[in-house]
Amino acid sequence: MNTVATHTASQGGTPLLEIDNLRIAFDTPQGRTEAVRGVSLRMGRERLAVVGESGSGKSITFRSLLGLLPASASVSADRMRLEGQDLLGLDARAQRALRGRRIGMVVQDPRQGLDPLMTIGRQLAEMLRLHGKVPRQGVRQRVRDLLAEVHIREPERVADLYPHQVSGGMAQRAMLAMMLSAEPDLLIADEATSALDAVVRHHMLALIDEQVRLRGMGLILISHDLDLVARYADRVIVMYAGRVMEELSAGGMALAATHPYTRGLMACRPSLDHLGEALPVLERDPAWLN
Amino acid sequence: MNHLTASVRWLASDTPATRTQARLGAVYRLLRRLLGHPIGVAGLVVVGFIALVALGAPLLPLADPAAQSLGERLLPPSAAHWLGTDTLGRDMLSRLVFGARPTLAIVLLVLLASVPAGLLIGAAAGLWGGWVDAVLMRLADVFMAFPRLILAIAVAATLATGLWTAVIAIALTGWPPYARVARAEVAAVRQAEFIQAARALGVSRLRLLLRHALPLCLPSAVVRAALDAPGIVLITSGLGFLGLGLPPPAPEWGAMVAEGRAIVFEAWWVSTLPGLLILALSLGFNFLGDALRDVVDPGVK
Amino acid sequence: MSAGEMAMQPQQPADIPVPVEPPPAVAAMPARAAWRRRARWLASTLLTVFITLAGLLLVTFLLGRVLPADPVLRVVGDRAPQELYDRVYREMGLHRPVAQQFALFVGDMVRGNFGKSLVTGNPIAEDILRYFPATFELATLAIVIGVLAGIPLGVLCAQHAGRLPDHLARVASLAGHSVPIFWLGIVGLLVFYANLGWVGGPGRLDVAYRYSVPEVTRLMLVDTLLAGEWEAFGNALSHIVLPATLLGLVALGYVTRMTRSFLLWQLRQDYTTVLRLKGLSESAILWRHALRNAAGPILAVIALTYAYLLEGAVLTETVFAWPGLGMYITDSLFAADIPAVLTATLLVGLIFMLVNIASELIQSALDPRTHRP
Repeated sequence: MNTVATHTASQGGTPLLEIDNLRIAFDTPQGRTEAVRGVSLRMGRERLAVVGESGSGKSITFRSLLGLLPASASVSADRMRLEGQDLLGLDARAQRALRGRRIGMVVQDPRQGLDPLMTIGRQLAEMLRLHGKVPRQGVRQRVRDLLAEVHIREPERVADLYPHQVSGGMAQRAMLAMMLSAEPDLLIADEATSALDAVVRHHMLALIDEQVRLRGMGLILISHDLDLVARYADRVIVMYAGRVMEELSAGGMALAATHPYTRGLMACRPSLDHLGEALPVLERDPAWLN
Repeated sequence: MNHLTASVRWLASDTPATRTQARLGAVYRLLRRLLGHPIGVAGLVVVGFIALVALGAPLLPLADPAAQSLGERLLPPSAAHWLGTDTLGRDMLSRLVFGARPTLAIVLLVLLASVPAGLLIGAAAGLWGGWVDAVLMRLADVFMAFPRLILAIAVAATLATGLWTAVIAIALTGWPPYARVARAEVAAVRQAEFIQAARALGVSRLRLLLRHALPLCLPSAVVRAALDAPGIVLITSGLGFLGLGLPPPAPEWGAMVAEGRAIVFEAWWVSTLPGLLILALSLGFNFLGDALRDVVDPGVK
Repeated sequence: MSAGEMAMQPQQPADIPVPVEPPPAVAAMPARAAWRRRARWLASTLLTVFITLAGLLLVTFLLGRVLPADPVLRVVGDRAPQELYDRVYREMGLHRPVAQQFALFVGDMVRGNFGKSLVTGNPIAEDILRYFPATFELATLAIVIGVLAGIPLGVLCAQHAGRLPDHLARVASLAGHSVPIFWLGIVGLLVFYANLGWVGGPGRLDVAYRYSVPEVTRLMLVDTLLAGEWEAFGNALSHIVLPATLLGLVALGYVTRMTRSFLLWQLRQDYTTVLRLKGLSESAILWRHALRNAAGPILAVIALTYAYLLEGAVLTETVFAWPGLGMYITDSLFAADIPAVLTATLLVGLIFMLVNIASELIQSALDPRTHRP
């Protein structure tokens, strides 16, 4: 059995997100493959990092919350709740109602993620109108304010730009502003910084951290970069082959990690302290698949 | 049955021992996927059937397609003449069957002329790049700018009418799409490592072209050829309709439609039936090509 | 602080200030560079136009003067006396070197001097101007029908991709590509005119009305309206509806299928995932975003289809006794009037080229990535 979090770290009452024994399988021409095999977690309005290599099932786990998996996927779980609201067995319309309004997601490549034919301002305006957040002072002003909140200088100018005219970092800020504008309870950042430059990455995560804290939201940081998430998360979940290997508190990660996979991951990271040494190769124990 | 299952297993093997086995296995897998598309199967059946019948026409128990019988003009379909007779008393069924031959022959000849030429030109353009590329692609643009049917008419009008003029005229405007496709594919892999490795080994550019670059273009070329065929069928029958095809009394579907035009209100079968066959053959090719496209490049479904 | 300075700060989570994004480097492409880019594109397009035009002229010249066994015979006929033959020979300039002939030929073409038609006796240029509007009217009406019906149908197919309506539409559109237009016209007349009597027969207008309508634009629908002749308008409509609808169905085949393909491609792009994450419905994504993004390629298909319809006019007009360019070509063909055929071929080729260029221009105008780099 997988470890279940021992503290639901929230401001008392119902946890923000509860998932018990989530299983996701895909019907492929080669048969049925299970991508997620019994994942359980609980979180409150805190910052949770989900770490794992490609194919560990980390993205799929959270896309299933929003009903964004292809038709060939079958999702089952003992429990899947957002602040007490059941997420299983919702029809398409109810699932759509969650997106943006209760759960926001920021994805990897921001410039590909925006409609190339619409200005950034218009795309934010669309989000506002969609969720009925049209304020009295007008949409244009609100869009400008939103862009300013994510620390974009000259927001009026940026609002009139097209996605291909701005840098990756700026597009990602705009995307963040867009996803926060409907005031969701939970933000999922799915490899949100992988397409950005190293320096910009930290700025972006710091920004996300700031916004999430200001609004009292929950944050799920999905990444394959251990160091990055250790800095910006309260707890870390390590996933491998569709299962949760270990759950740790971010602060004491280096010392508390017990699972060989986690320890292996940490040992593989290059470090300026050990220049010139060959990096250890992670030995995969087939026993971890069970 | 043992041989059959053994052969199938050999074809479907995941670890082919020879290149030939791998190639045959790829073709086998392609055919299997094609058979899963009902539209593809329908297309294959229609085209195959018409082709077989056309090939075997002289062997079939049909009336002489050129035998006129003025006493039996314009007879509706009956037991004696299953599909009736035309304006000169010739049996419609046999004329329709024999009429498939020139059409299919032209399709085959045009494809044999335009596809290899187009692929070679395009692959050369993609491989050499630079000004060779620019010149060849401009050439392709020029030829593609010509309205195919009208050019075929102009050529047939100025030179002798007949099979070969039609083939030349249609092939001349038909090669550019293959060149475009080939160039795109080759240019995309030109920087690929295996090409650079081959060059580093001293492989000549010509050999690179023929043995490495061309095979890449084959799948999409096949799809395009299947989708090109209906156009060729329609142009051929269009030329025949205008009297620019084969000289009479050779049976040709387009010409047959033209013959029956004046009396279409009284003897509908003379015009309607050949046209139906043109439609059927084109449709068959289109179905086949559409399904092949899904099979070869399932990306765009 | 600059980025470099910040990187050297002690990396404590709470200490990393959230920096303000520096102003975007949009002005990086100054006006001059943008101009240069556009000029280069224009030059490249003009070069293609020029080369294509040269190619068209060359082919027409070859077919008319060089390739035929004896072009003079084609003009004067088999039984012309020797002196007539010699005269026409000199007139056609066949005693000059080929290159010079070509130069003269091009000169003639540019001046609009195409020679005289054997069928009508008029200058070919005049004939073409007289007959072209009929073809234009038919092809334009057909493409309008094809587009107005085809695009919504394509959207529908994309929405229900893989299900029954999509499969049916797929078969129908493939049928549209496969049907011989001349045959369809014959069958259409047989069913809808001879048997059902729903539409007018061959020709643009009943003889009764032909002389009551002054020719202004030579577009029958427009001219009858301009003259206020309602009955004539209705009659013209009844004559054009069958050929236009049949051609429209062929156009619809192309447009629907390509619209569907382009839309499905758009729906696989990353931005549609983000649109779903925003909470947009599938149909809003389709109509408001995917369709607009696919508009460029769809436009290219419409241009190609229009050219295809013009080409098919040669065959359709014969069937419907439609006095347009197509019929002019076939009549000239049967009268062995090669210059007329070639000139008309040249014209159609030119229109092809213009239509393609127009579509490219519109596409680049629609895409902000090209005009606002």
